[in-house]
Amino acid sequence: MALQRSDVEKIAHLARLAVSTEELADYTRSLSDILEFVEQMDSADVAQVAPMAHPLDAVQRLREDAVRETDQRDKFQAIAPCVEEGLYLVPKVIE
Amino acid sequence: MHKQTIASLAEGLRAGEFSSEELTRHFLDRIQRYNGQLNCYITVTEEAALAAAREADRRLRAGSATVLTGIPLAHKDIFCTDGVRTTCASRMLDNFIAPYDATVISAFKEAGAVMLGKTNMDEFAMGSSNETSYYGPVGNPWDMGRVPGGSSGGSAAAVAARLAPGATGTDTGGSIRQPAALCGLTGLKPTYGRVSRYGMIAFASSLDQGGPLTLTAQDAAIMMNAMAGFDERDSTSIDHPVPDYGAALEQSIEGLRIGVPGEFFGDGLAPEVRGLVEAAIRQYERMGATVEEIGLPNSRYSAPTYYVVAPAECSSNLSRFDGVRYGYRCEDPVDLMDLYKRSRGEGFGAEVKRRIMIGTYALSAGYYDAYYLKAQKLRQLISDDFKTAFEQVDVIMGPTTPTTAFAAGDKLDDPIQMYLSDIYTIAVNLAGLPAISIPCGFSNGLPAGLQIIGNYFTEARLLNIAHRYQQETDWHTHIPEAFE
Repeated sequence: MALQRSDVEKIAHLARLAVSTEELADYTRSLSDILEFVEQMDSADVAQVAPMAHPLDAVQRLREDAVRETDQRDKFQAIAPCVEEGLYLVPKVIE
Repeated sequence: MHKQTIASLAEGLRAGEFSSEELTRHFLDRIQRYNGQLNCYITVTEEAALAAAREADRRLRAGSATVLTGIPLAHKDIFCTDGVRTTCASRMLDNFIAPYDATVISAFKEAGAVMLGKTNMDEFAMGSSNETSYYGPVGNPWDMGRVPGGSSGGSAAAVAARLAPGATGTDTGGSIRQPAALCGLTGLKPTYGRVSRYGMIAFASSLDQGGPLTLTAQDAAIMMNAMAGFDERDSTSIDHPVPDYGAALEQSIEGLRIGVPGEFFGDGLAPEVRGLVEAAIRQYERMGATVEEIGLPNSRYSAPTYYVVAPAECSSNLSRFDGVRYGYRCEDPVDLMDLYKRSRGEGFGAEVKRRIMIGTYALSAGYYDAYYLKAQKLRQLISDDFKTAFEQVDVIMGPTTPTTAFAAGDKLDDPIQMYLSDIYTIAVNLAGLPAISIPCGFSNGLPAGLQIIGNYFTEARLLNIAHRYQQETDWHTHIPEAFE
């Protein structure tokens, strides 16, 4: 599947990745190559097969709805890029 | 001391031949001497190691030591270590001091093992050569111009160069077994769900599994006794009884039924590796095993399937790295979108970004069925092939890798070529099965690995089968000349 640069721009936007114009050509080429490679899957007949959710068919374990975690906000925020009064700061979202 | 196995060091410590502090200093000195060349450690935790060693010596004197007490180990920089930098070899986590210990790390701490440091790896575990690390590539101790394999390249190089008697690694598509093969080590990927993934930074959640890289199967059993077990904090952890992995090492392998898949001996396999692997299988026959040909017809879809599933899962797992709560943040973001895009664009390397984008595409509206869903169906077929095979045979054997260690830079320009070096290991992760790679000889001075694949939760049997071979051969005792 040959991707166009505009496809890669869309994908990069979805993935929240900044891609420069120089890099765009490289990524377009390598992503197209990889998609061509994985298209080998098309020669398999999987119409009657159920997708594998887990190799041992395990199910999601549930636990009691009780609070177990302790408040470690200070410890976790000690390594944050930008915090103030217990809040994580980001550029203004709403004008 | 650095030439000894974990088992023999444990005996030495118990017999009082040397202390853990002496042993730890010995390895720290070697790391100081050789890490500049090899680049296998990202962080060396000298002070903490010596403190842990002294505490271990206290336990040894008090008689409350276990086999791992006082044993120095290296940990792949993908395991969160409380208060210690954990980078995943990425600029994204260059400044990340983990605020908690991974379950695997706690387990080794409780056993009294000593952490020497965090080892280098391919960035976010994505790679097969340890060439994508933000901290530079790792050399293969057998030939510094060649790769040690990846993504657990740092752990493999550290153990092979005797800068640690054992190390932890993780394996998503072969990242323990392939470096073990290229560096002449024993590397085990346990059954999916056997080892807790809590605190093990996620790449592909349905494939990732932590495991040991050691000089011998006996040492791998010792490490597995600490690593394996049910963990409430990992929702994919399986509550299956943990045996003593060392208890059955000496069991006879008379009557062992070995399956050899034609698909693993096709055109892509280098003749010298084929020769060594076939000789190893004949060795097992001499030891009383029987060999029969089996088929794994859907294994040819392994690589395409993996290169949809793993990137898809990675695109989801790596979405947490957004410059907000931890890790790299770009300078002067103008708005939220800019914060996300540039933090991630600047924080991640090219291979990581490639895989995030492939994954994003494969999961996006209009493409989910054609790529991700189809890959998950193929995964079922690949897994079913193994199920069928295990009705006839006990284990499956073949080469771990198609070639011995390739030259640094060889496959960097062609991601697909790099992906194909995992061709024999990938199917195992897709099926969630356990597999071990052990050294089976040398070609032009470079090690080759034999891969042994078992049924679910048969790690003890795999270690036994590997151990028996190591009693009859001495490939695993060779040391790279430059590091004697």
